[in-house]
Amino acid sequence: MNGHRVALAAPRRLLTLTIDGREVKVPEGSTLLQACRQVGIDTPTLCYLENLTPVNVCRVCVVELEGSRTLVPACSRKAENGMVVSSDSERVRASRKLVLEFLASSVDLSLCAPEVSAWMSRYGADPARFGSPEPGNVDRDRTRPGEHSPVSQDGAATVAQPPKLDNDTYVRDYSRCILCYKCVEACGSDAQNTFAIAVAGRGFEARISTEFDVGLPDSACVYCGNCIGVCPTGALMFKSEFEMRQAGTWAPERQSVTTTICPYCGVGCNLELHVQDNSIVKVTSPLDHDVTLGHLCVKGRFGYRFVQSRE
Amino acid sequence: MDLRLGLAGPPTDGEKAAVDSVLGDPESGWDGGTRTQRDGHMAVGGHQARGRRHLLLPALESLQERTGWVSPSGLDYLCTRLSVPPAEAYGVAAFYSLLRTDPSPPTVVHVCDDVVCLSQGAEDLCREMEARFGAEGRLDPETGVGWTRSPCLGRCEQGSAALLQRSSGPNGRTSLAPASADAIAALLGGTDPEWLPAAPVRTPPEQRRLLRRVGRVNPASLDSYRAWGGYQALRAALRMGPSAVVEELKRARLMGRGGAAFPTGAKWEAVAANPLRPHFFVCNADESEPGTFKDRVLLEQDPFAVLEALTIAGLATGSERGYVYIRGEYPEAAAGVARAVAEARRHGFLGPSVMGSDFNFEVEVREGAGAYIAGEETALFNSIEGKRPEPRNKPPFPTQAGLFGRPTGINNVETLVNVLEILTVGGEGYAQLGTSGSTGTRLFCVSGCVQAPGLYELEFGATLAQLLELAGGVPPGRSLRAVLLGGAAGSFVGPQDLGIRLTFEDTRAIGASLGSGVVLVLDDTVDLGAILRRLARFFRDESCGQCVPCRVGTVRQEELLARLSAGRTIGSVQAELQLLREIGAAMRDSSICGLGQTAATAIESAVRLGLLGGLEGSV
Amino acid sequence: MFGAGGGTSSYLEAEEADVIVLWGSNAREAHPIYFHHVLRGLRNGAKFYVVDPRRTTSAQWADLWLGLDVGSDICLANAIGREIIHAGLVNHEFVSRATANFDAYVEAVEPYTLERAERETLVPAQAISELAHAYAQADRAQLCWTLGITEHHNATDNVFALINLALLTGHVGRWGSGLVPLRGQNNVQGGGDMGALPNKLPGFQDVVTNLDARERFERTWGVPIPAQAGWHLSLMFEAMERKELTTAYILGENPLRSEADTDRAERLLGGLEHLVVQDIFLTDTARLAEVVLPGTASWCEAEGTVTSSERRVQRVRRALEPPEGARDDIEIICELARRLGTDWGHPTAQEVWDELRSLSPIHAGMSYPRLEQLGGLQWPCRDESDPGSPFLHGRLWEEDPELRGPAAPFTPVVAEGPLDSLNEEYPIRLTTGRRLDSFNTGVQSSHYQTPIRRPEALNLSPEDMARLGLQDGDLVRVASRRGSVRAPVQTDAGLRPGLAFMTLHFPEQVATNRLTLDAWDPLSGTAEFKATAIRVEPVSPAPPLDALQPVRSTS
Repeated sequence: MNGHRVALAAPRRLLTLTIDGREVKVPEGSTLLQACRQVGIDTPTLCYLENLTPVNVCRVCVVELEGSRTLVPACSRKAENGMVVSSDSERVRASRKLVLEFLASSVDLSLCAPEVSAWMSRYGADPARFGSPEPGNVDRDRTRPGEHSPVSQDGAATVAQPPKLDNDTYVRDYSRCILCYKCVEACGSDAQNTFAIAVAGRGFEARISTEFDVGLPDSACVYCGNCIGVCPTGALMFKSEFEMRQAGTWAPERQSVTTTICPYCGVGCNLELHVQDNSIVKVTSPLDHDVTLGHLCVKGRFGYRFVQSRE
Repeated sequence: MDLRLGLAGPPTDGEKAAVDSVLGDPESGWDGGTRTQRDGHMAVGGHQARGRRHLLLPALESLQERTGWVSPSGLDYLCTRLSVPPAEAYGVAAFYSLLRTDPSPPTVVHVCDDVVCLSQGAEDLCREMEARFGAEGRLDPETGVGWTRSPCLGRCEQGSAALLQRSSGPNGRTSLAPASADAIAALLGGTDPEWLPAAPVRTPPEQRRLLRRVGRVNPASLDSYRAWGGYQALRAALRMGPSAVVEELKRARLMGRGGAAFPTGAKWEAVAANPLRPHFFVCNADESEPGTFKDRVLLEQDPFAVLEALTIAGLATGSERGYVYIRGEYPEAAAGVARAVAEARRHGFLGPSVMGSDFNFEVEVREGAGAYIAGEETALFNSIEGKRPEPRNKPPFPTQAGLFGRPTGINNVETLVNVLEILTVGGEGYAQLGTSGSTGTRLFCVSGCVQAPGLYELEFGATLAQLLELAGGVPPGRSLRAVLLGGAAGSFVGPQDLGIRLTFEDTRAIGASLGSGVVLVLDDTVDLGAILRRLARFFRDESCGQCVPCRVGTVRQEELLARLSAGRTIGSVQAELQLLREIGAAMRDSSICGLGQTAATAIESAVRLGLLGGLEGSV
Repeated sequence: MFGAGGGTSSYLEAEEADVIVLWGSNAREAHPIYFHHVLRGLRNGAKFYVVDPRRTTSAQWADLWLGLDVGSDICLANAIGREIIHAGLVNHEFVSRATANFDAYVEAVEPYTLERAERETLVPAQAISELAHAYAQADRAQLCWTLGITEHHNATDNVFALINLALLTGHVGRWGSGLVPLRGQNNVQGGGDMGALPNKLPGFQDVVTNLDARERFERTWGVPIPAQAGWHLSLMFEAMERKELTTAYILGENPLRSEADTDRAERLLGGLEHLVVQDIFLTDTARLAEVVLPGTASWCEAEGTVTSSERRVQRVRRALEPPEGARDDIEIICELARRLGTDWGHPTAQEVWDELRSLSPIHAGMSYPRLEQLGGLQWPCRDESDPGSPFLHGRLWEEDPELRGPAAPFTPVVAEGPLDSLNEEYPIRLTTGRRLDSFNTGVQSSHYQTPIRRPEALNLSPEDMARLGLQDGDLVRVASRRGSVRAPVQTDAGLRPGLAFMTLHFPEQVATNRLTLDAWDPLSGTAEFKATAIRVEPVSPAPPLDALQPVRSTS
């Protein structure tokens, strides 16, 4: 389903580049990721999403660009005429493998989309090479910048920590957080502009945080759910889904998704109703519809409950 | 912006004063002032309010300096005044190690235990500190004094170093070197030193060019500077015009001294030619590479030279404003440069119509707050803009989109000061110094196990052996093990490499680099394993955490070294070394910035040289 | 506008405008996703002006907020028009070619000097002048409004005052320049589209003047259609008062709670001979009814379309099985028709829609497959090759007079304050509005909760709180000329002394509409919810109220 943008942009020049020996033509302004996808090269991404500004931090999409000292992130590097790109060279495979190992050895990736484990096996990633996972640092949120956490001689440091349950709407389980910045962007200037969360701390202790780590109810959060909508790892989750998962009743295979229009104000936001057993269990919005770009407000996200409250 | 503010309670008078001292008094009730009737019917905000974000870090520093920490109510007031979301402001505050977001003691002592100090017995000092002031890092607000370990404080030529941070009394931050627990206690007892001991500049005066005035000119006096030939280069530049200045730089074949060795003339030319306006020029004085202190010496002892060079850069690149970004660990340098800026402005060397010309140029001094990564040029821009100092992906390069998204030139202090020399002797004359690939002179920060540590200025082309000889060599009875060349981001060379000429091209040929001019000499009394682990720790502690390879790779590297040194390898030593190489390759290939890209360089070179005890020949 | 009842612009235009003016709208909370487009515009460099008595969360984003006195909109707009004229910033090319009645407008706004406007609106003259110059000089400017303009007794005049500004500056009929009335409910626009207006057939075809259209409908439906306008809601209430209207069939509305002056609404609805209510809930209005017809939730239990504020028709779809006993609205209506003696069969939603397309030219091109494929279409869309109309009135810019069509007339209007005047007895102005997480009378929004939900409270300025010796959570009696309610109070720094704010979201807790005035606009029938004169009296002893969070202060 597409929104239509009628104001016509100026026609864009076509650029020619070579990817894995194949000639590819893309419109000026395209990224290498778009070029790869255009010719069907499956490129892993974690921090990239169509409706957000690329932050190019996960580095799982890196490709080799002739003439460049280092690998370059496909998600944000703009295509140029004459570029020669390898998306599957030994250097690329080695870096993607290590990046996936770095993540999997430090973060709980068990709720990620299935592609992530497919990439892990494609690149032969084995996170156990770094040793067994260490219990996390319970004081992560209060770590001073530059403060050194004692280093383990036996295992691999992780970001393991208990989920944050400070309200009845969201669950924040940062043991699953890969720090892709998507939630910060969706809460911030890419969509909601509420800025309830930001990255705090630095290095391995960098984390998504409210000011002074106050609970969400004391923060600026307005519960639009746009952070949850973009989270790729299940670190952010609606409490309702969290509870169903805990009760073992969350069953995506039994869920249908129907697109309709929000019953509240007159903006006309597209809602995707995820229905399980004739009950709405989650609401999302299509990323490619130009009214919402995938983002909703608190009413669109949670206001459905009245239809299920009738006797 | 619709920010959620006011939950933390009103600011204390001290917090308000700290913020207002940077931002000026509030302009309306909406801006944190008293509500008036007019405020009920109009409010100015939007782009104008958000446009002051760049004052965030100076105001956070003011809160830290005056109140001892960045409290919720202080942050809240600051956010009200700047229209900055509290979560973002907190994210910025919680990046810098000199800012604290928890209540802390009125005095905090930062004790350097980085590679140079470590090779000089820093652990003994830390034990003394612990005995006298309690456990490291326990910043209990109830105690009067707390202390933490610190990365390099840039006083490596003076032995051990410490930085005192105080939130009461007239002095905020004070450097101390050589540092001892007794000296620190004395300082806390109220005996502040008048002026820091002059840095040992070991090059004889007649051979000095960049250091010509150091130790001889009065750094607080513009007259003194002018008596030493100051501002003649700027006069020449104004006469020549911008493009001729760039031409001289190109003729001189000046290359950047910050580590990347980029041709300076080409950089300036690219800024000057960019049609997007305004342009900015930044003097990168965030010298933080462990073992480096040369820029500090220039800033402290010859601040007008730095300003004159920056003004020439501004002229040549068509910039209307310059910034000197000085690391927070150099409070004396920052104060000196700030004084010099005021003095230069008063005498028409800055401000509108510089030296009577039609060129206008302002300079702002900005201080860092404890973050190595802020020295990376794009991270530095973010720091000035009031954002977290996370490096940006390049391209675009600073000459295209730098500070505030505008074309920006940026050079470190040493590079800039070379410009004065070039305009004095001419580009061609300058290019006759040094070698074909490395023109001019270079400052070397010699430290560690030598008899005469200090700052040396040598014409490019001298060998490492010659430099070590000038520095008196290792103390009698000891033997040289290795030299760390270029800093933490550099690499180790061994005794067999002493014949190498210290030029860009010769070091590159053996896979090393001059980096920031660090020459850390290590002899057989030094625990090299401890040095390597300290390097690994440095990168882990200073990683911004933005990209995965650096954020996790630096941890995995440190863990692996810990396993090796404890003899608790996973599988064979060979397998561990293979893994170390893989970690290093991933960091080098796929990190966003130079920190991650070089975080494994020194350690890998150490492995190659067999400096990991007992592992010789295993690679 | 100029003949068709819909906004002229697309949301995307806000992203590319140079100036955005939000007038009487707190879109940040009432239309949050539209505000995302505004925010993208601001990131792209647009200057942003908000005109609102309160410094709302929207206003906090503004480059300049103009905090006018409640109900002084026309004075402000006329003064802006006069300033544009006197500063020589009129778009004369557009005015002379595409508009009419300019001279009358110039004459009408002449008395509205900046000084007078400052006196009457209380907004500093310099701020008024800045807005006038920025709006007039912008290459592309969006002028948006909501109920702050239309919930007044002189709503239509308010709208004309704003349209006049767009005509004066040529900010209509071009991509990026337009007039955007944001609709409060998901299908207010669609209701108008479908002819749920007393004087229009579907597709905004006038029932009195458009003979062709009337004939077409009569032919298709096989019944004569009375050539006269019907009653809008306010007229219906008056007819109830006169006992002329004795039976009502109410679909999906809760007028007992949503109308101004609740006491009167209760008396009139309760006094009907026969009341039928079709709703998904047993609302308070339904409780008064003789017959209640349980309907389905049209947005998730039925197929159909709705129309958004940018005239975009989009599909709603059935995602859930309705509860037992609830029936599709089409099915209920057809069944009702059958029992009244007309068999309409069992049409699907698509069949009903296709009939509409055959009768309403502006919807003719919007087949279900196209709506599906294109993510909705904006009317007018006259045939299946028509891409729809992102903006209206482009014709006004045509060179050729034929294509340009009839001129858009200026409609001079005269400033007139709220009817419910302030005096010593009722010294405080109460205005109403929405909060982000709630909606209208709470029928829908009361079934979920997040930590931002707060119970109803009378919001007062810090100064009034201090003057009345009140603390957050204290209980007060709020009295207007019509009734009184009890409510806790809460400080809101976005209010100035003498201005109070409440919502209509929690009628069970605080029946705000017992206070409001049902004086209504003669053309649109909207009541004056936005301007009530009240008195606030502390109730002693004040019982402490739990769970009151401090209100958001401002930046």
